[in-house]
Amino acid sequence: MPRTYARPKTLFDTSTHYCAGCGHGIAHRLLAEVIEERGIRDRTIGVAPVGCAVIAYDYLDVDMSEAAHGRTPAVATGIKRAMPDRFVFSYQGDGDLAAIGTAEIIHAANRGEHITVIFMNNTVYGMTQGQMAPTTLVGQVTTTTPRGRDPAREGGPIRVCELLAVLDGAVFLARGALSSPRNVREAKRYLHRAFDTQEEKRGFSLVELLSPCPTYWRKEPVEAVKHIDEVLVKVFPTGIIKDWS
Amino acid sequence: MATEERLLITGNEAAAEAAIRAGCRYYYGYPITPQNELTAYMAEHMPEAGGVFIQAESELAAINMVFGTAATGQRAMTSSSSPGISLKQEGISYLAGAELPCVIINVMRGGPGLGGIAPAQSDYFQAVKGGGHGDYHIIVLAPYTVQEIVDLTQEAFDLADLYRTPVLILIDGQLGQMMEPVVFRPRQPPSLPPKDWALTGAAGRPRRVVRSFFIRDPDLVAHNEHLQAKFRDVEKNLVRYAETNADEAEVLLVAYGTAARVCLEAIREAGSQRPRLGLLRPITLWPFPTAVIRQRAAQGKLFLAVEMCAGQMVEDVRLAVEGRSRVGFCGQVGCGTPETERILAAAKTLWDGG
Repeated sequence: MPRTYARPKTLFDTSTHYCAGCGHGIAHRLLAEVIEERGIRDRTIGVAPVGCAVIAYDYLDVDMSEAAHGRTPAVATGIKRAMPDRFVFSYQGDGDLAAIGTAEIIHAANRGEHITVIFMNNTVYGMTQGQMAPTTLVGQVTTTTPRGRDPAREGGPIRVCELLAVLDGAVFLARGALSSPRNVREAKRYLHRAFDTQEEKRGFSLVELLSPCPTYWRKEPVEAVKHIDEVLVKVFPTGIIKDWS
Repeated sequence: MATEERLLITGNEAAAEAAIRAGCRYYYGYPITPQNELTAYMAEHMPEAGGVFIQAESELAAINMVFGTAATGQRAMTSSSSPGISLKQEGISYLAGAELPCVIINVMRGGPGLGGIAPAQSDYFQAVKGGGHGDYHIIVLAPYTVQEIVDLTQEAFDLADLYRTPVLILIDGQLGQMMEPVVFRPRQPPSLPPKDWALTGAAGRPRRVVRSFFIRDPDLVAHNEHLQAKFRDVEKNLVRYAETNADEAEVLLVAYGTAARVCLEAIREAGSQRPRLGLLRPITLWPFPTAVIRQRAAQGKLFLAVEMCAGQMVEDVRLAVEGRSRVGFCGQVGCGTPETERILAAAKTLWDGG
């Protein structure tokens, strides 16, 4: 029988440190598939964040750098400016990108840096045991919002794509959901489009991925993906938010 | 082939021009006084050299842009002044941990906090003792003329590549702002190790990772042992200093940067008076010229550290002397330089046994 589905070579043949039901594994695989389908493994340089994906380079077989917490877009800028014909992606979680790294992401987008950002939004800090993220939903219980996030006290969840959409340099912004085969395939289309954006030197591109965190949502994996489709998408609408065409 | 070129230029501009001539093609900076001439010079001239200039959104972003470019093996630089250098310390720790070469210039002003914009030397501790978190040192060079800013800035890029480390050039605001004639000479780039760690896209080779993160304890221990071995190597091979009247001196002034210039004037004013004065001027602040100070202490010389701060380098002088001789201090706190009269008086007091 012909084999129609195999591990992309850009993904190391190893198990990950991610929790059961976590979305990072899916996102890594999508990224690896996109890199492989485009034939750019040898021309790609990635930047890993501080957060759950801190050792993303243990799974992705491309040249990679780490970055200090939140400084990921600045490191990616330094790489891309020195290597303008390479594909440069950064991979960031919601704390890295939308809290400590808010300035870096806004200014990299505003400069129209020709980089692609994969933004994992799981509404919580996973690596440090489940604190409130900038994207935490109103009412969501975390270790630092034990009575639920109160917008009067902590503000509301930040919609990153919509925030960046007002900047001229940000030319492709899309939000996908890692919640069903169909949504995963759609997310992959966004990733390809983001890499098209970089290839054509159109400007800054970012794909936000709503990603399950069963561990810190205190849900079974199946319940967690349902939570994305039933709850998260109402706060973070999926689809292409901005495109250059 | 370029020939010698003479310019009348400020220290800040000299550092920028020297960096470009040393092959630096990436400069990332953020405005802060008293180093703005450097950033402006880079904005003007880096594009002419085919390089990249970015005014970053913060010092944090600037040093991390340096990190990214350094990770590709290209020569990158940033500059700032004291409060901005504090912000860069996180990035400098990461650069040291990931062993990425780059050059950082600190045109020091007074502190703490926002302090002021007048020249000072109060960032010595931060510069030579690590500055950021973790066990590390970076090479720290201390020029005392605009010509030496030129020479050391150019060499800093070679040292950074040779030892895979950030190199910090410590200049005070006075040196940064003053104009002096300088000569740019054609340089023969030294033989340096290949950058077989640089991220360039893994074409035809296994992929590479630039990291300072080692989650398994034995890996972190091994990485730190490797770093420490490198630091010992730098201490063994890189120490530099200049001496004036050191053999004849009864009191050796120890000073760097602008303070060293004031010391030279004090020595001239002292003439043949007792105590006879000399100068020991560290050119590398890290590694510190410990051995020569110890040797001079064994010859019975007294030491007077002269600094534009409340006394920071003096601690390293005392550590070098280890009680073999007496060590005094003459400084100017806040900002500015100690006057020669005060230096002469302090040397006399030390000589008299005070």
